[in-house]
Amino acid sequence: MLNFVVRRLLAILPVLLAVSLLTFLIASLLPGDLAYVILGDQATPENVAALRRDMGLDQPLWWRYLSWLGHVLQGDLGRSFRTGQTVLQAVSERIPVSLELMLMAESIGLLIGVPLAIACAARAGSAFDRFMTGSAFAMLSMPSFLLAILLIYLFAVELHWLPATGYVPFTEEPLANLRFFVLPALTLALAEWPGIMRVLRSDMIATLQEDYIALAKAKGLKPSRILFVHALKPSSLTLVTVTGINIGRLLGGTLIVESIFALPGIGRLLVGAIYTRDLVILQGVVLLVACGFVIVNFIVDMLYAVLDPRIRHGHA
Amino acid sequence: MSTPLLTIEDVAVELPTPRGNLRAVDHVNLSLEAGRTLGIVGESGCGKTMLSRAILQLLPKKAKLTGRVMFDGQDLVRLAPEGLRRLRARDLAVVFQDPMTSLNPVLTIGTQLMETIQEHLELDAPAARKRSIELLAAVGIPAPEQRLAQYPHQCSGGMRQRIAIAIALSCEPKLLIADEPTTALDVTIQAQILDLLAREQRRRHMAMIIITHDLGVVAGRADEVAVMYAGRVVERAPTQALFKRMHMPYTEALLAAIPKLETAPHTPLPAISGRPPDPTRPLRGCSFEPRCRYAAGRCYEAKPELKAAETPEHLYACFHPIQMAEGIGA
Repeated sequence: MLNFVVRRLLAILPVLLAVSLLTFLIASLLPGDLAYVILGDQATPENVAALRRDMGLDQPLWWRYLSWLGHVLQGDLGRSFRTGQTVLQAVSERIPVSLELMLMAESIGLLIGVPLAIACAARAGSAFDRFMTGSAFAMLSMPSFLLAILLIYLFAVELHWLPATGYVPFTEEPLANLRFFVLPALTLALAEWPGIMRVLRSDMIATLQEDYIALAKAKGLKPSRILFVHALKPSSLTLVTVTGINIGRLLGGTLIVESIFALPGIGRLLVGAIYTRDLVILQGVVLLVACGFVIVNFIVDMLYAVLDPRIRHGHA
Repeated sequence: MSTPLLTIEDVAVELPTPRGNLRAVDHVNLSLEAGRTLGIVGESGCGKTMLSRAILQLLPKKAKLTGRVMFDGQDLVRLAPEGLRRLRARDLAVVFQDPMTSLNPVLTIGTQLMETIQEHLELDAPAARKRSIELLAAVGIPAPEQRLAQYPHQCSGGMRQRIAIAIALSCEPKLLIADEPTTALDVTIQAQILDLLAREQRRRHMAMIIITHDLGVVAGRADEVAVMYAGRVVERAPTQALFKRMHMPYTEALLAAIPKLETAPHTPLPAISGRPPDPTRPLRGCSFEPRCRYAAGRCYEAKPELKAAETPEHLYACFHPIQMAEGIGA
């Protein structure tokens, strides 16, 4: 098992390197000279040239990449030339919001999707199964802004149960914080559960055809044990993958939901940086989010090994 | 004659397919007494596995089962799911064909054994563990204690089939159904597994049904043999009587298809030409007629019914039975 972990860790190093190169290139290859952006349209060619020299923009691309990477490896992701904030400061302000939203949304999504998937797979082809699969399909095709508006209308405007928009940090007012997160998390979760359900349902249906399930029945085990112990575990590999991808995606922020519910998350930070051409922030945030994604996938790989002993022992 | 442990009365199984209903098992009658062994023989697709699933009540959901499966005084077909569940493993156990797929890959061998024991016998975890170790030792697994913590993929095919047998024996069933228990195994392991089954059967006085495509497998091991073809039992007799005087041309053809030591090398095997009939389109006449070298006259017009031969125990379904004076050894 330790061997497996080390192998996987070594395998993500080149991925992280590629991620850093790509994020650097994206920011560097965007049209427009950073020096002009900073100095504005009143800039003289001399000023621009001087600033370019100061910022190292006159150096060749590979040299700029290596020096940037060197700083990144020392924990220095750069500083916004607009706000003076470092990338790490900006991200650490926003990441709790995105993290909390992601955790709540994904938990709600799993709580809805997993039991429904099991219930549908156990009665595949029944009226209940067909109704739920149809509903999941309908939910999948509903855009999140529409869902958000419907939820706000129902729970905030009509019922007055929850606030429509706003945010307070959890450390200041935990309860109010949670109330602010319910609607945005629900909006995201309602888009998450259909995918979760469909993936797990079809894997479960395939697993339930296996010989070892027939044997489990022949052993006279309780139906619940057959479903939850014998069928769920071998069926959950794709579910884990999908959940990992969802988490990675939500880590990068959810612009529409953050905007509608006025949550200061990573999504809005990124879009703000794009609008203001704040390339240092953009580059740094994209790099951190991408690293987060890679780490989540590493955890997914580890979970595979936990779920399936054949992967752990290098058999499959 | 005592009351049989298992009586299959007029059992038929139909499976819906896109090409119409498939009659997998066609009105089969069989019975088996406690402690005896019945061999069910036939080629692939003859309905022997479907018949075993019908006895076990493990047919696919879409399958339509008619008839009665009387086991120990109860009709399994009409038994409520909970009653059936309590009967499983304790009274009615099974060993499947392929041990590579019949054990759950993500659960340890210990879990798969102990869960069966704890579900049906009033044993706590340490007692169930002790019993599991004894069972593994009984089926010939070395270092059984270490095996409990292992997963199926860490064992060889023969080892896995022994584990599957240990699971089947775990609650002392009255009837064990072994569905081609050696087909997926190496030839060297096959005899060991069959001998293990025979030994445990005698020790535990269980009834056993061995399903196989190999007449050689049942020759020395079954008390009675039923030969199936196209979903029907076409010949049924005490094993000795069957090998001495077989009446159904299909049985003869099956026996001839077994390679023999005396045959000179490079002699082609007398395989049965053709395929079994399409079960979605039943023939008017005898279902073996298209492949039978004795077919004539009535064979094309009507289905032969099972009828008794010299003794009431020997039944066959053929208009032109072959009468062999001398038995040929298998």
